[in-house]
Amino acid sequence: MEYLVLLFTTIFVNNLVLSRFLGLCPFMGVSKKLETAIGMGLATAFVLTLSSILSFLANEFILQPFELEYLKTVTFILLIAVVVQATEMVVHKTSPLLYSVLGIYLPLITTNCAVLGVALLNVQEGNDFIQSALYGFGGAVGFTLVMVLFATIRERLELADVPISFQGAPIALITAGFMSVAFMGFAGMA
Amino acid sequence: MSAYKDIINNGLWKNNPATVQLLGLCPLLAVSSTVVNALGLGIATMLVLVVSNATVSLIRKYVRDEIRIPVFVVVIAVAVTIIKILMQAFFYDLYLIIGLFVALITTNCVIIARAEAFASKNNVFQSSLDGFFMGLGFTVVLVILGAFRELIGFGTLFQQMNLLFGEGAHWLQITVFENYDGFLLTILPPGAFIGLGLIIALKNVIDNRLKQKVSDGLPQTAT
Repeated sequence: MEYLVLLFTTIFVNNLVLSRFLGLCPFMGVSKKLETAIGMGLATAFVLTLSSILSFLANEFILQPFELEYLKTVTFILLIAVVVQATEMVVHKTSPLLYSVLGIYLPLITTNCAVLGVALLNVQEGNDFIQSALYGFGGAVGFTLVMVLFATIRERLELADVPISFQGAPIALITAGFMSVAFMGFAGMA
Repeated sequence: MSAYKDIINNGLWKNNPATVQLLGLCPLLAVSSTVVNALGLGIATMLVLVVSNATVSLIRKYVRDEIRIPVFVVVIAVAVTIIKILMQAFFYDLYLIIGLFVALITTNCVIIARAEAFASKNNVFQSSLDGFFMGLGFTVVLVILGAFRELIGFGTLFQQMNLLFGEGAHWLQITVFENYDGFLLTILPPGAFIGLGLIIALKNVIDNRLKQKVSDGLPQTAT
């Protein structure tokens, strides 16, 4: 039950994108089309879950015993880069179909601050192994969900008659603002 | 000389990282709830940009092309760690507020983008200058957004400047609206999205005006 609450909270209440401001670059950058949004969401979900587990292990068994906590940032970013590279190679060799869907998004994930942010938040909040994994997974589901919702809205925005100065980024940001208002409604539920 | 002018113009207006390239949005939106948070993170980002651009430029001839991205990321992560430790030492109260986002400067896309697009092709001096002005352009937008949200959210400007400039800076706080109840929406996440949207729209308005002025001033021969 406790884990279910944690999962629900990370997906809706503390949504990575809309209330923690993590992973905004891909959120704004690759949400113009639904297919690309789904591809990016899935690729990020996989890397996010895997890297939050690995960074928990690295912190627990390497950094803390040797009192190297100040190297957290460097260690985690390297781990993430490795996970991304490994994922790319495995997908490339095993499933050409999946690679053609996710391939171009994978390198971008290294600089997705959601991935590093979740790893750091796990340490900051002292989550244990299962909590870390769930936190990563829930965050990833929330990210994908918001990404897909936003992409569908943006496809419609393309057809809308927007004032010239608001075309493109400004109207997208304001739309995201309203989505964020809507998601704040979940805060009362937890 | 015009090369330097281009660098300055690109960083501050034409290719402003925050409003035109839409890079580094996460810290921009997350820590812009007050001016002091915005300024603190802006300066930290600027320092990281200068250090990482200079370093990348220095090592650009020795790094093989295939592994340049991981190398750049490590350089940036090291710069961020140094800044973070310095901040813990000298601005601990401010660090407690924006701490997570100092570490997240590592994944700020502005920094890797400048390393890749500019510092890996230019000399040390130009690269540092580019880092400085890109950082400044980022900081300016951050502070404007911070001021907007603080003004409407709390009715004040420059509150808690003592976190950055020491105890003597309390007098900097300006209370613009007396007995203001506050407008919660702008301090909460939605305010950040809407605020940045309005700022970019304003920049577009100014750009369109300028363009119109230029085309009005030209003779009507060429269209």
